[in-house]
Amino acid sequence: MKVIYILWLRQIKRYFRARSRVVSAIGQPLLLLIALGYGLGSVFKQAGHGNYIFFLVPGIMVQTILFSAVFFGINIIFDKQFGFLKETLVSPVSRVKILLGGAFGGATTSIFQGFFLLIMALVIGFRPYNWWMTLVSLSVLILLSVSLASFSSGIGAIVNDFQGFQAINQFIIFPLFFLSGALYPLTSAPAALRVIAAFNPISYAVDALRESLINQTHYGFTKDFIALGITTVILVAFGVYEFNKIESD
Amino acid sequence: MAENIIVARNLTKKYKDTTAVDNISFAVEAGSLFAFLGPNGAGKSTTIKMLTTLITPTSGELTLNNFDVVKDQIQVRRSFGIVFQDPSLDDQLSAYENMQLHAVLYGIPKREYKPRIEELLTLVELWERKDHMIKTYSGGMKRRLEIARGLLHHPKILFLDEPTLGLDTQTRNLLWDYVKKLNKNENMTIFFSTHYLEEAEDVAEQIAIIDHGKIVARGTSKELEKLTKTKSLEEAYLSLTGKELRDESNSGKDAIKLRMRARGGQ
Repeated sequence: MKVIYILWLRQIKRYFRARSRVVSAIGQPLLLLIALGYGLGSVFKQAGHGNYIFFLVPGIMVQTILFSAVFFGINIIFDKQFGFLKETLVSPVSRVKILLGGAFGGATTSIFQGFFLLIMALVIGFRPYNWWMTLVSLSVLILLSVSLASFSSGIGAIVNDFQGFQAINQFIIFPLFFLSGALYPLTSAPAALRVIAAFNPISYAVDALRESLINQTHYGFTKDFIALGITTVILVAFGVYEFNKIESD
Repeated sequence: MAENIIVARNLTKKYKDTTAVDNISFAVEAGSLFAFLGPNGAGKSTTIKMLTTLITPTSGELTLNNFDVVKDQIQVRRSFGIVFQDPSLDDQLSAYENMQLHAVLYGIPKREYKPRIEELLTLVELWERKDHMIKTYSGGMKRRLEIARGLLHHPKILFLDEPTLGLDTQTRNLLWDYVKKLNKNENMTIFFSTHYLEEAEDVAEQIAIIDHGKIVARGTSKELEKLTKTKSLEEAYLSLTGKELRDESNSGKDAIKLRMRARGGQ
């Protein structure tokens, strides 16, 4: 436990010491929320879907977590290339603990970012329909961020350079985000898009968050949490498996 | 005669189409200063990585402190400290935090590691700067800190993989004096690699030279000179390994390292 804790603490310290990173990590989603929220708000309202900012907040929270997971993966590659990972790999500690300590740290910082965005949203007028339900949204964020941090650790274990990681970013993270219903309601989306979204775990995270924050849902909590649970198990297993395989090259 | 603390028998590491280390056998006496030399790409780093459990051998036997590097990985890892060729510190943490992290990874309780960290950081003259971030440290300071960190868990063997690379002469001298002292006072086995042959000549009690995955010679500096009928270790080394240049394959990793160095990074 101490080992997981100290590796978790390391991520937290690193995160808050890199202030410029904190600012940009928080600024970008906020920009998206404001630009899209106000820009498309009137169109959305005319189409009879209600307040777009309210609709968008859960989607952008998920986006924050997705993108910070990418950043976390880049950190793993940095650790790998510039040595710190070696220090942990030659220590008498199991790989699982190394992975989990880092992933929990990465997850904590992304949850922090998600909630920071929520606070910013409150400032521009967003209100959850029931404050108690924000606790449910916290559990969604925990599942999502732990599974994504494990996933990107696994990718970081496989990939050795930043170009490779960028390709993954382009081909996995962007489609996951844009095809998830984070930006538009799936209910009125074309059938093809709905089918794709149904296979995208991010859709369920967005949906569960939306239900817990603004009481709107496409799949319902049960389906959302089953999908999220399965995703978490698979992605943590993937991270552990790939991390166990790392050999220094 | 002291007993052997490192024993390699028919050690081999193959990658898809190449044999990096080809059936080598050697032993290192407990408490000795052992230099492991060889041109780039000769199998030196691969051997050190097998010794330090970073990669598993394809075949052969390898024991450290009487533990098998594959079967008793955890005990092997407790037995050695290492200073890697490249810095392996977290540069966004302070020196103390780096030491503390290492102590926790090695399961040292707080009441033990607190005085030990102070002792070691004082020894390498970094105690006053213990709370400074590593990114403000010079290359020499980083090296000193890494040595202190490698010693934190009282290892039996200290691996130094080209520890003086990129350091100025003063720092190099200081570092070797310190390493020799450690070897003498704590009877710690030192296993090091270097491209500066005068360091090996000056420091090492035993030298092994590896080339094309095989150990081509071993002995004291004098023995190697005698063997090759030369007057210095450098000449002996060149006569054993030839004079042609070696190119390591430029992997993605090297490319990134070069880029980072160009940008003045680590």
